[in-house]
Amino acid sequence: MKSLLSLKVNGRQRDDAVSGNLLLVDYLREVVGLTGTKIGCDGGECGLCTVLVDGKAQHACLTLAASCDGTSVETIESLAEGGRLNAIQRGFHEKLGAQCGYCTPGMVMAAEGLLRANPDPDEATIRTEMASNICRCTGYVKIIEAVQFAIDELKSGKEAA
Amino acid sequence: MDGDSIPPQPIQSIGVPMPMVDGPEKISGRAQYTADFYDHDALTGCIKRADVAHARILSVDISAAEALPGVHAVITGTETDDGHGVLPVSRTELPIAYDRVRYKGEPVAAVAADSIEIAKRACDLIKVEYEELPAYFTAAEAMANGAVDLHDHRPGNIERHVDYEIGDVDAGFEDADLIHETEYHCAEVCQVQTEPHAAFAEWDGERDELTVRASTQVPYYVHLMLSKILKMPKSKIRVIKPYLGGGFGSRTEALNVEMITAMLARRAKGTVRTVISREETFITHRGRPEQTVRIRMGMKKDGRVTAVDCRTIQRGGGHSGYGIVTILYSGSMLFAIYDLQNVRYDGRRILTNTPPCGAFRGHGTVNVRHAFENALDEMAIKLGLDPFAVRRANLITEMGHVANDLWVNSYGLPECLDTVEKASAWKDRKNKLPPGKGLGMACSHYVSGASKPVNWTGEPHATVNLKLDFDGTIVILTGASEIGQGSNTILVQCVAEVLGIDPAKVKIVAADSRVTPKDNGSYSSRVTYMVGNAAIEAANNLKGVLVEAAARKLDVAPEDVECLGEIYRAGTQDEGMTFEEVVMAALEGTGTITVKGNFDTMPESWGGKKYRGAAIGGSMAFAYAAQVVEVTVDPETADISVDRVWVAHDCGKALNPLTVEGQIQGSVWMGMGQAMTEETRYHEGLMITGNMLDYRVPTFVESPPIETYIVESNDPHGPFGAKEAGEASLAGFLPALTSAVADAMGVRVHELPVTPDRLLQLLEDKEREMRASTAAE
Repeated sequence: MKSLLSLKVNGRQRDDAVSGNLLLVDYLREVVGLTGTKIGCDGGECGLCTVLVDGKAQHACLTLAASCDGTSVETIESLAEGGRLNAIQRGFHEKLGAQCGYCTPGMVMAAEGLLRANPDPDEATIRTEMASNICRCTGYVKIIEAVQFAIDELKSGKEAA
Repeated sequence: MDGDSIPPQPIQSIGVPMPMVDGPEKISGRAQYTADFYDHDALTGCIKRADVAHARILSVDISAAEALPGVHAVITGTETDDGHGVLPVSRTELPIAYDRVRYKGEPVAAVAADSIEIAKRACDLIKVEYEELPAYFTAAEAMANGAVDLHDHRPGNIERHVDYEIGDVDAGFEDADLIHETEYHCAEVCQVQTEPHAAFAEWDGERDELTVRASTQVPYYVHLMLSKILKMPKSKIRVIKPYLGGGFGSRTEALNVEMITAMLARRAKGTVRTVISREETFITHRGRPEQTVRIRMGMKKDGRVTAVDCRTIQRGGGHSGYGIVTILYSGSMLFAIYDLQNVRYDGRRILTNTPPCGAFRGHGTVNVRHAFENALDEMAIKLGLDPFAVRRANLITEMGHVANDLWVNSYGLPECLDTVEKASAWKDRKNKLPPGKGLGMACSHYVSGASKPVNWTGEPHATVNLKLDFDGTIVILTGASEIGQGSNTILVQCVAEVLGIDPAKVKIVAADSRVTPKDNGSYSSRVTYMVGNAAIEAANNLKGVLVEAAARKLDVAPEDVECLGEIYRAGTQDEGMTFEEVVMAALEGTGTITVKGNFDTMPESWGGKKYRGAAIGGSMAFAYAAQVVEVTVDPETADISVDRVWVAHDCGKALNPLTVEGQIQGSVWMGMGQAMTEETRYHEGLMITGNMLDYRVPTFVESPPIETYIVESNDPHGPFGAKEAGEASLAGFLPALTSAVADAMGVRVHELPVTPDRLLQLLEDKEREMRASTAAE
């Protein structure tokens, strides 16, 4: 049984017929064709599929697509500004927050969700707020530096403006 | 002269902390990993797995599965009779079990269907009839008298027994002031790279050709094994490694996933995409074996080690995998870190009914290093010596061949020790911390590439091609596998440095057998050293072509041309030619330029001949690390937190200090996972930790700050002096942690992982003993 899902994905309105049991992550990857959002586990363990639903970080593998009717979903593909990495992405690039890169889309979206809610988290807050995202390459050291880089960038950007 | 007259300089790329060249793709979601390939026509592959741990297969009935609408191919163990494996002598593992199942979860059939739902239903419809055999889940059970052999050619289930003595061990013990024996048990651990295994295979029915994209560290070995398993000429196969979500050794041999997907594509005469689950990825395994290490050590009062007797047993799993190599590494890598003259080694690799182990980061060395460094710490305490002093008493003092013929030409371990001792304020803080806090330290090392390839062909170890065309772009063509370690970035830096040009002018195409030169792959920390050296040679060859072209245009001898990176000139008054002008001059009459560079290891580095398998451990260079770990232990719960780690790693020369730091931090942290939380567990052979909740890798919350120091010993043969950076720092964490806990609580945990329940048990035992002795008084 399929129902109509109307939502915004990365700012664009879409209407798709989806099964009630379709997961948001499979909807994004297989129906919309946005493969930036990754799958790393069998459900809810790794955070690789983190996207923003109405601005809040959420595991797309624990979210039914149908439950997102009327929402605005943002994925990693939406972050670049005019084709350039945004502040968080730039932090991940400059500070080597990404090695193999497979956890990176989820990690960046988790950071994006965090900084929208709390533009100036301290290190302990970053650690607890991002704890559901697993990285196997970095030991998290440089991911924290990447997020801190973005915090500083965003602050100085605001001061400049 | 005006302000523009400052002479141009070659642009520096080496030693510069440069973000990864493929960072933007990864960070924007544009990078395509194997599971990101979709095709409207692609079928979905699914593997039917054995639900018994050890059995003869009597029959496999696929008729109901084949009859299911939407099913396009069903294959079983009859699909190929050729085995795969690492060493040519042990290629006995079938991608799909044929007559025998040797571990729970081993593939017994596979299906390609219109959807994953149909494929799974079809797998359920396959009926396998088994005759169960006794199954062995520990090395001891498999070694017991009367145990059924898992493989006919391995009597007693001994994959390999390595036994040798270097020097005179008995005399060494006689010479000792203290002889101490200790045993450590290390749980089996998995890599848990974040990307589950995947393969995407396209069968070209018109030409009988095959293209496979696979999540592998070794596309060349995958290519070889596909040719062997499918009995196809290598020329009809193309293997591409897309972006890879980590490996850490789990993908250093061809895996059944890619072979099964290829066989399904051929059978279905189409395209098949297989993405296995996290649980299946765990069961495919190839991690570090469960291992017991017993060390007997003789020591002088000043800390000098006079003799070592090391006995170890590894639970290898149901197939050979890297087994023989792993058990040999465990012995050979006792050497080349300290000056050891008298060593006896007895290592047994045992076949068991558990998933096959592999070449986890720090391959073969980690568990033995854990026991060895703990032994040093235990003896230091008994002799009243500082742990740093014990290491310093055993340093290698002369470069060259060590007692087992490994070749050491650069040795930054002394500086690593000095660095972390100072950084951690060891002298001021050791033994002065409040109760429940402790400090521990340890050293570790690793090879910079295995000097003898497992697949000996007579070719150089590495070949790099450079293509230069009319647009002035230099394209590096390499088979080297970028797996997240940054190999693409390092090769760009090497080429840009030699030419002195902006690294943005250098692009890289890697790991596509149709396009790039063959490379053995990313394992044993070989890429920077070997492929880096080949890239340098290629770039020097290209520079020669450009200098000659400039000389022709400037009408001077080539030796009079000065290359200033993007300006080539003759004499200081000459305005010279721009890089673009030189490129066009070089293309005149010849067109697109292709040059190549090779690298081969030197025979001196090939290991010894003192015992069978002595080549394992042979390397052009060894990297070294020392680290200090500080812990706090909760006296009530025995919960351990790692407060801080100080690590110094001798990588020869940090070609890219940013990525070197990332590698060191990742290694230390991965060591922390093994030391503290990670452990596979089985119930009657069924892996019960096949998910990321029961198999706990550390999260942001438990992970400590890691203060990273780079030591540069400048290896004489390394690319710009470089050695490996991504493995040596792992092993040291484990013994540094147990030593820190021992320092904090007065008890040493001999089992890994060091969980609160294990520690609590020891603390309670100790308290009981103390109470008993108080009562006795």
